[in-house]
Amino acid sequence: MTNYGEEGIHVGSAAALYPRDMVFAQYREVGVFLYRGMTVTEIINQCYGNHEDPGKGRQMPVHYGSKQRNIVTLSSPLATQMPQAVGAAYAFKRVPNNDRCVICYFGDGAASEGDAHAAFNFASTLECPVILFCRNNGYAISTPTSEQYRGDGIAARGPALGLHTIRVDGTDALAVYKAVEKARALAIQNKPVLIEAMSYRVGHHSTSDDSSAYRPVEEIHKWTQEENPVQKLRLYLEGKGLWNTDSDKKFAKEARDLVLRTMQEAEKKKKPHWKEMLEDVYYDMPPNLQKQMNEMEKHLKKYKEHYPMDQYQSE
Amino acid sequence: MASLSVREALCTAIREEMQNDPDVFIMGEEVAEYDGAYKVTKGLLKEFGENRVVDTPITEHGFVGLAVGAAFAGLRPIVEFMTFNFSMQAIDQIVNSATKTNYMSGGQLGCPIVFRGPNGAAARVAAQHSQCFASWYSHVPGLKVIAPYFASDCRGLLKAAIRDPNPVIFLENEIAYGHEHEVPDSELSNKDYLLEIGKAAVIREGKDVTITAFSLKLMDALNAADLLSSEGIEAEVIDLRTLRPLDTETVINSIKKTNRLVSIEEGWPFAGIGAELSAMIMEQGFDYLDAPVVRVTGKDVPLPYAANLEKKALPQVEDIVEAVHQVCFRKK
Repeated sequence: MTNYGEEGIHVGSAAALYPRDMVFAQYREVGVFLYRGMTVTEIINQCYGNHEDPGKGRQMPVHYGSKQRNIVTLSSPLATQMPQAVGAAYAFKRVPNNDRCVICYFGDGAASEGDAHAAFNFASTLECPVILFCRNNGYAISTPTSEQYRGDGIAARGPALGLHTIRVDGTDALAVYKAVEKARALAIQNKPVLIEAMSYRVGHHSTSDDSSAYRPVEEIHKWTQEENPVQKLRLYLEGKGLWNTDSDKKFAKEARDLVLRTMQEAEKKKKPHWKEMLEDVYYDMPPNLQKQMNEMEKHLKKYKEHYPMDQYQSE
Repeated sequence: MASLSVREALCTAIREEMQNDPDVFIMGEEVAEYDGAYKVTKGLLKEFGENRVVDTPITEHGFVGLAVGAAFAGLRPIVEFMTFNFSMQAIDQIVNSATKTNYMSGGQLGCPIVFRGPNGAAARVAAQHSQCFASWYSHVPGLKVIAPYFASDCRGLLKAAIRDPNPVIFLENEIAYGHEHEVPDSELSNKDYLLEIGKAAVIREGKDVTITAFSLKLMDALNAADLLSSEGIEAEVIDLRTLRPLDTETVINSIKKTNRLVSIEEGWPFAGIGAELSAMIMEQGFDYLDAPVVRVTGKDVPLPYAANLEKKALPQVEDIVEAVHQVCFRKK
């Protein structure tokens, strides 16, 4: 899943938070994770599901998670992270002199889920230190926002449920930064905030999607040329004399090389040990799984030439 | 010895665990101001305050999500469902988030949470308030499912559930709340009275047939055993207490002695607890069986409202007696 068009949202919001703040996200927030210190290597390891993935290869690609960076592992069912984020904020609020907030990212489509309504309601009734951040990028797979809702976007729902609310230009990283900075200051006072950042999903929904089937190429072009968040920030930096075409070319090449090289390395890395399949179902391994593990071990010993054992971590 | 109702047993368990650990808190509809829809949380708001006894708006999906998030952030929530029928609204949060996340996060995010409330039929509350969820939740790896009946077991197992780092489904019964049982004083005063999750109990010894049951049906099993005794059939009654993980060892040991099994449950027959027991006994105890396992279950219909129909749709003592006859006198 790609993130084109939402870079301003990712970097602007992440920059206004502290590492101690907790992040719940949906699936189109990789810039947030990179900003908070996840490396390209970790990201790619997760996608390949190799033995270095902290998730132990158990999730679909892009379902990142990092406990030490306060990033809650991504979960596929939409909007379930929203009441959970409010719950985590509720846990923080109970600590005396709390200085942590929670940010929860969700899309314009996910906002239609019942969970979203409950999250807004609980955030305000329980007065939780949470920022509910809607990435309104115009599409939910093929469903445009005109079919997703008829009200005034997601921002209109905030005041209705008692939340401080702001709508911001998601393609302007600095505007997003300002909005989240102000939102955090309110959230820390147990005044939850709803932010709706307007942007555009330049890429397809995922590799299973071809968005030319439901939207005109001209529309994508317009947003890519005129409202490109990376371009906007670049022009701003160039205007300040902090960046130029040469440094841009160099950086782009370095980044591309890094990603390609990391992908090649990740591909070669072994997959997790097969025993990992049976761990973490429960806190302690129950006898029935222990039994299955023993059976598997015997089976693999006997038939190992039929399995690609060299692709997996061994003892 | 003291006489303790199931309701009181549950209340003491929750209270003691909340006193023991400041991270434990309880939430649900009506748990605070109203003292609980079935008064299980009576007095807790007064003792612990609204930060730890939380009345929620009416959104099971919402407040379960909230509890799951709180658990991810380090608290230990107890979530009360007014009835497990309403847990269906939240089942995605329970199964996909609370249960699977420890696994899917590579062990990074555990969810120490207890979901509790009345399960199964009460009295004339019809189909949408009477479903038994034992089978549905027992299906899921990562969850523990407990269904005790006696007050002592309710107290010991709820305390164990609250201290367990895994997500736990704790199935109670509305009619059982008022039932009173004798509990030793030493047990009542022991704040660390914990029972092992995953251990069944043989509550009546016998040599002719093994009857397994859980929750309210235990009463019918014991009553049936008394009736059978007057016919010369001595039934061994096993209180399963935990459904997942199921204590097959205790059941197999009993089968070795009796060679016959009748499984009792209130829920529907297809893919029910009896179906699982039958499969397990067949796999592990086939050589000890002198007759196929017989399952006594509710009828395969949504529970009717009319009193006469409800009675017919739920397993009664006569059904258990008949099942035992089947299993004891079956000809090849």
